[in-house]
Amino acid sequence: MGTRLLKKFRKTRESGQHFFDYNLLFVIVFLSCFGLVMIYSSSYYSAQLTQGSNFYFVKKQAFVLAGGFIAMFVVSRLDYHKYVKAWWFVWIVSLILMILVNFTPLGVERNGKKRWIGFANHALFQPTELVKIALIVAMAVLIEKLIRYIDRWQVILLILMVSFPLGFLVLMNNLSSGLIIFGIVFAMYFVASRKKKRFVILIGAGVLLAAAAIVLADQLVAMNVLEPYQVSRILVWQNPEAYSQRGGYQVLQGLYAIGSGGLFGKGLGNSVQKLGFVPEAQNDMIFSIICEELGLFGAVCVILLFIFMLYRFLLIANNAPDLLGSMLVIGVMAQIAIQVFLNIAVVTNFIPNTGISLPFISYGGTSLMFLMMEMGMVLGVSRQIRFE
Amino acid sequence: MEKVHVWQKQKLKFAMFCLITIFAAVTGRLGYLMLFRADYYSEKAEELHERERDIKAARGKILDRNGVVLADNRTVCTVSVIHNQLEDPEEVIKVLSSMLEMDEEKVRKAVSKVSSREIIRTNVSKEIGDSIRLKHLAGIKVDEDYKRYYPFSTMASRVLGFTGSDNQGIIGLEVEYDEILQGENGKILTLTDAKGVELDGAAEDRVEPIPGNNLRISLDRNIQLYAEQAAEKVLEEKNAKGVSVVIMNPMNGEILAMVNVPEFDLNDPFTLLEEAEEDITEEELRDLQNQMWRNACINDTYEPGSTFKVITMAAALEEKAVTLEDRFFCPGYRIVEDRRIRCHKVAGHGSETFLEGAMNSCNPVFMELGLRLGVDVYYDDFLQFGLGKKTGIDLPGEAGTIMHQREAMGEVELATVSFGQSFQITPIQLVTTIASLINGGTRVTPHFGVSVENEQGEKLKTFTYPVEKNIISDDTSDTLRYILEKVVSEGTGKRAYLEGFSIGGKTATSEKLPRRSQRYISSFIGFSPADNPQVIALITIDEPQGIYYGGTVAAPVIADIFSNVLPYLGIQPVYETEESAESQD
Repeated sequence: MGTRLLKKFRKTRESGQHFFDYNLLFVIVFLSCFGLVMIYSSSYYSAQLTQGSNFYFVKKQAFVLAGGFIAMFVVSRLDYHKYVKAWWFVWIVSLILMILVNFTPLGVERNGKKRWIGFANHALFQPTELVKIALIVAMAVLIEKLIRYIDRWQVILLILMVSFPLGFLVLMNNLSSGLIIFGIVFAMYFVASRKKKRFVILIGAGVLLAAAAIVLADQLVAMNVLEPYQVSRILVWQNPEAYSQRGGYQVLQGLYAIGSGGLFGKGLGNSVQKLGFVPEAQNDMIFSIICEELGLFGAVCVILLFIFMLYRFLLIANNAPDLLGSMLVIGVMAQIAIQVFLNIAVVTNFIPNTGISLPFISYGGTSLMFLMMEMGMVLGVSRQIRFE
Repeated sequence: MEKVHVWQKQKLKFAMFCLITIFAAVTGRLGYLMLFRADYYSEKAEELHERERDIKAARGKILDRNGVVLADNRTVCTVSVIHNQLEDPEEVIKVLSSMLEMDEEKVRKAVSKVSSREIIRTNVSKEIGDSIRLKHLAGIKVDEDYKRYYPFSTMASRVLGFTGSDNQGIIGLEVEYDEILQGENGKILTLTDAKGVELDGAAEDRVEPIPGNNLRISLDRNIQLYAEQAAEKVLEEKNAKGVSVVIMNPMNGEILAMVNVPEFDLNDPFTLLEEAEEDITEEELRDLQNQMWRNACINDTYEPGSTFKVITMAAALEEKAVTLEDRFFCPGYRIVEDRRIRCHKVAGHGSETFLEGAMNSCNPVFMELGLRLGVDVYYDDFLQFGLGKKTGIDLPGEAGTIMHQREAMGEVELATVSFGQSFQITPIQLVTTIASLINGGTRVTPHFGVSVENEQGEKLKTFTYPVEKNIISDDTSDTLRYILEKVVSEGTGKRAYLEGFSIGGKTATSEKLPRRSQRYISSFIGFSPADNPQVIALITIDEPQGIYYGGTVAAPVIADIFSNVLPYLGIQPVYETEESAESQD
């Protein structure tokens, strides 16, 4: 498949026309529409029970998606060289919003998590999603400007100074989003940098640290390094069935759903686990419902679609007209790769539980909206691919 | 404008490679869960989703020897209300209270209770259940169920037994043949959501119930009913505590009737026959119920008295310790060791042959026989005749024989045992032993169960029962029948005489313990035809008032029963040659 796509690239190159990545557009449209179908399938029962309408969740998501498509097309038509200049403005806005969420009554709680900005219990959106896009843009601009000195410690310091305030504010109330944000920064810097060894050491150290944290969990709690609830997640991860009434409930129900899918699943709409067993099946756990209804076959198809999408990002990034465009795409790519991986890994109990939505498919307006804007950015970069 | 450097492209490709590796690992994990752990997790999930409801299996019927249904099933309904499906609670309350004839307040309370399923009433007849269902009111559930039903309500109550609410036999044949009758309950598996609400449209898994098999027993309804009537009559006349009758085929041990009047109502087995005092405790009530359910023929032992002389006779004849012509003298008592043991005729029978002694039921004659045999021989024969062990009847709770230890048996004990005192056996043991002695010497196993049939009436299994041949010789058996016929035709049992039939038998009057309490058990055991017995019957009358002699009270009842049962069984009366000669003219 890859070679044929490359041929198409060459064709475009030869004709000298504008390039527009219809493959990527197709994957985006397909995944987001598939997401609507799955949101309807996984939520209609609980929507009927709690909201009085089967369509409550899917309707809201469809409106956001429609708006998202418009936003995507608008952004893709804009010249990214121009709008990235406003990076500092977006950075400051997201910083302010994060402060508002964390420290003022404008932060609204949902499900015990204070992650929404809004007023009087009307949640509007999650600023963490804005932080992601803000940091992608800021990092891309910084890297492009400082590429000559990219491996100097002053630059590293600068990158940390730009990313740390936002990342820390996110980390304060949302561990997983914090991980994603630092992951994005790390990935972008990794690609930009000429060095290799330091990253290997850094990743190795990170893995060792995580392993040590798991092994020495109890001691770390005693030393007040880890919070007890974080350790309990590790225990649950190791043996969800022993904690089925407490922390393990969600994971275990997800596993039941996945396991009962089998090779081809129960058929679209036929999940039983979504009937109140898997809590908020349309959110972070939606992949388990996909597994139950569409089986291993359907789940692998979804994973392949994401890999294909990442591959499109790779092609666009490596053929981008300049480093700025390439870095924007790499940032988006990193975000989607990390989120997809973490989500599926959590649902399959591959890693300890942490709440991460599945891009394009999970229910959630803010996330979808900003994702579509990011897609607009990527498509915008692809439009500017020109070869002489 | 900065170009994208080559190293950056390479690093991105490397990153992509890493990503694909990681995704492959996650996919591998997914495949492991969905293929290799699928059975485990889907089973767990099913357990979580399924709600099980039992479908009761129809219990097998109990049929008499001619196929008359003695224990049947009746469809009854359970009416319940599912709170969150109610649409018009007022209407539901109105309909239920009027149709079930229940207090409106009570129904209202049940209907307004927030529960997943509230049972309003059980054991509602099918007609009422159907008409409630036809109202199509949302929230009312009418479930059909089987309930045991006994068409003859009180007939052979302690033999048939009854079942509890869980379709399990509690007493009688219902317990003994529970496994055959029970069948296997079916199941309805419905899927539910997390709150336990049944899902519409979800395929119900149905495991069909397997109905129990029918049991055909040797009991004959007509004989049973006739014997019950006869027993009830004497019960009333003599104001007795109870009357038991066992009618058996002595050749094979098939029991044709087993009566214990007063019988209780099998369709209402927990209600006592006599109203108990009001301030009775649960435990006392249970004791009284257990008492009522006892089958006196099997569960209780008694001193058989003179009917047991048949056994002494058989032993003495078999051991050749006596001949019919041997002469005896009865002064009205006999002194054994230091004891003076009376004959029932205080004045004494005087000089008599053995045959006459038997016809007179003379105690000293039988004491003499016992003493001639000696403890060891007598005891050996006692065991040989099968008296030492239970009969093995197919009813639960058979009582064993209460007998002296061989070592503890002196002459006094031997003498009293010889005429049926100082030990206890069950009525069924007595009938079975005497049947075995008069049928030519084959110890049979008394039983009810004949065969197992399926619903279509095909025979699935025929029961066989152990027999023990030659417990006495044919000759002895012959002589025994001759003596016993004489007892009826000319001796103490003459009130059991029926013209045209040859009947053998023996009377007994046993004084209950403690002695001198003026409480007796009058009994008679009879069989016919005397030369080729086809039917043997034992009647025991517990505590008759007034005249209590077995020959006077019990023998006529058996005559009455035989006068009907013998022709019914196809045994035609044979008249004296004179009469038949007349008819030939």
